[in-house]
Amino acid sequence: MAHIDEAPRATKPGETAEAPPQGREKKLPGRDRFTVVTMVTIPLLLVLGLVWLPALLSVVLSFGKWNGFGDLDTIEWVGFQNYRDIVTIYPAFWPAIQHNLIWLAFLFFLPTLFGMFLAVLLDREMRGSRIYQTAFYMPVVLSLALIGFIWQLFYSRDQGLINDVFGSQVDWYGDPDINLWAVLVATAWRHTGYIMLIYLAGLKGVDASLREAAAVDGASEVKTFFHVIFPVMRPINMIVIVIVVIESLRAFDLVWVVNKGRNGLELIGALVAQNVIGEATRYGFGSALAVIMMLISSIFITVYLRNVFREERRG
Amino acid sequence: MSLPRSSAIPRSALTTMAASRRSVLRGLALSGLAVGGASALAACGGDSGGPATGEGATVKFGINEASGSGPAYDRLKAIADAYAEESGTEVALNAVDHNTFQESINTYLQGTPDDVFTWFAGFRMAQFAENGLITDLSDQWPIDGLNDSFKQAATAPDGKQYFVPISYYPWAVFYRKSVFEKNGWAPPETNDDFMALMDDMQGKGVTPFAFGDKDGWPAMGTFDILNMRLNGFDFHMSLMAGEEAWDGDEVKLVFDTWRKLLPYHQADPLGRTWQEAATAMGKGECGMYLLGTFVVDALGENGDDLDFFTFPELDPAIGSDALDAPIDGFCVAAAGQNQDAGKAMAKWLGSAAAADAGNSAADAPFIAANSGASTSTYSDLQKKSAEVVGAAANIAQFMDRDTNADFANTVMIPSIQEFLKNPDDIDGVTASIQEQADSIFG
Repeated sequence: MAHIDEAPRATKPGETAEAPPQGREKKLPGRDRFTVVTMVTIPLLLVLGLVWLPALLSVVLSFGKWNGFGDLDTIEWVGFQNYRDIVTIYPAFWPAIQHNLIWLAFLFFLPTLFGMFLAVLLDREMRGSRIYQTAFYMPVVLSLALIGFIWQLFYSRDQGLINDVFGSQVDWYGDPDINLWAVLVATAWRHTGYIMLIYLAGLKGVDASLREAAAVDGASEVKTFFHVIFPVMRPINMIVIVIVVIESLRAFDLVWVVNKGRNGLELIGALVAQNVIGEATRYGFGSALAVIMMLISSIFITVYLRNVFREERRG
Repeated sequence: MSLPRSSAIPRSALTTMAASRRSVLRGLALSGLAVGGASALAACGGDSGGPATGEGATVKFGINEASGSGPAYDRLKAIADAYAEESGTEVALNAVDHNTFQESINTYLQGTPDDVFTWFAGFRMAQFAENGLITDLSDQWPIDGLNDSFKQAATAPDGKQYFVPISYYPWAVFYRKSVFEKNGWAPPETNDDFMALMDDMQGKGVTPFAFGDKDGWPAMGTFDILNMRLNGFDFHMSLMAGEEAWDGDEVKLVFDTWRKLLPYHQADPLGRTWQEAATAMGKGECGMYLLGTFVVDALGENGDDLDFFTFPELDPAIGSDALDAPIDGFCVAAAGQNQDAGKAMAKWLGSAAAADAGNSAADAPFIAANSGASTSTYSDLQKKSAEVVGAAANIAQFMDRDTNADFANTVMIPSIQEFLKNPDDIDGVTASIQEQADSIFG
């Protein structure tokens, strides 16, 4: 309906002809500047208010001992005692760190590589690829809480499917030497489809002429993938790595559903929850655990961001 | 057709996901700071002008059963309606899911709570009292039909009452009547009987005790009863209060006795829920199960074929007159708008009329605390429960109600599970409990 002359932006044919200003000292018209300022400040305030402020307060709380009763002046400041207790007398902490690392390594080496492999296969437009795609992706739409419940039906020692079919007596969720692996299998079931879809989408975006050129040059399919496609997919590969890292650090839902993150299924995220959610209200102690989790996450985030920025500079 | 690249790379989605997970956890960690969190629980306002009770007045009633969640909700709803009818006070019901209510109680009480709310007797009730979060109800006591042991359970360390009980249920050793009859077994009277019974069961290929501790709390019941039988009720209560050593000989004796009893329990308890353990007892694979009367719920039957006995004596000097029987009831929130109405209602909630109103409205009755309440709707199990608890000299509330919730949930649950995994390292487990107890009770 609107006349093109009334449009305020630089879409008039006459204006596009002019070269857009490139220099640093380019001045934006007032309206644009307003838009930019709004678009920067609102998200900035949200991030500050919802992420950085709580994070900072968490750090502050982690130096105190407080059960949530009474005002803030009832917080007893104990310095580094929470941190000291965590690493010395809290039996769940070191197993949790270890389990998070196992989680990371497992997710990376099995479901991630397998998901990528599936993506490459499905990318070949074989018959029924849509069906496979749907089948593998299906678990991703289920919440991890639900997945924990579904797998409970398989894993239950007395009433579960696996022990019933094989006549075994394995205590899948209860034996601390086994339950982590049982849970990891359940996670993998979901994670594989997730990675597959992301990778498949990336593969679809690869310029077909690259493959043609490689084929013309006589490269085999395997060679084409490793020497041509894989390097081109670098941004996607980065994403996949980051997803794996984040998924393994924030792993929580599944173990929480299984046994609230105890008895062989300790994970940092679950320990934080145990101490501050629910009936226990060790806000200081729980915050200290959360801060440790945040520090570990920030290592990975820093590495990732450095990579992204370096890439942008290059681009 | 290729997907648009922008949707293939959910870079922004990723960072959002990561951020929200962390900020949610942190937000929860800080929820005590933000009173706003409590408003989720509190019912919507209503001004407090006008009379405190009677026509035209409103009392807000927070209950820990969500609407339509079963008999427990039906009973509370009927009780609220009965009070509204009897007193003319309008009762504004605020029904919250059981776990949510329990887990949000701190923020709830420090925000804008309802006037009267459902709670339990025990350590946390006393903790609320000490922190001024609940109202002194000593001017409402004594209440007709509530005996001294209930008054005791309603009393905080300052000697005043802050609680009005309505119902309770005992923890005891449950068994199938038909299974016991068929095998010629009888409830044991002495420790020797008890051991002989368990040996006989094992000889007949029946596991004596069903046992599941996947959820962490059921095994606390075993610890409680062993501690009360071996060290007595008074020691148990002061241990729960953090006044006794967890690495002392008394507690080691409890774990050592437990270690010797473990071969009579179902193996691999840490992967089994209490419902699964109850099913094993129900099917006759196990002879007995130490649990609360709610064991009936897992069996999906009316409990006619169930009976129970209290855990037998282990030390003749101590006897067997103490047991866990958690008491449910009501408190008045100190931050409630209408204190007088809250107190008046709380007193009425302790009456026989309140218990009867609840029990006649629901399929499954509770065991009323008030001795004047009608027992006509009770099942045989409940009649017996009332007798047994009435005869008990001392009643504990269960570990997670008798001690600091932080300690029970973050120390005792993992420690008992550690013991069950590795029953031979009693010194290690008790030392670890003591270190953490020092840090928490500090």
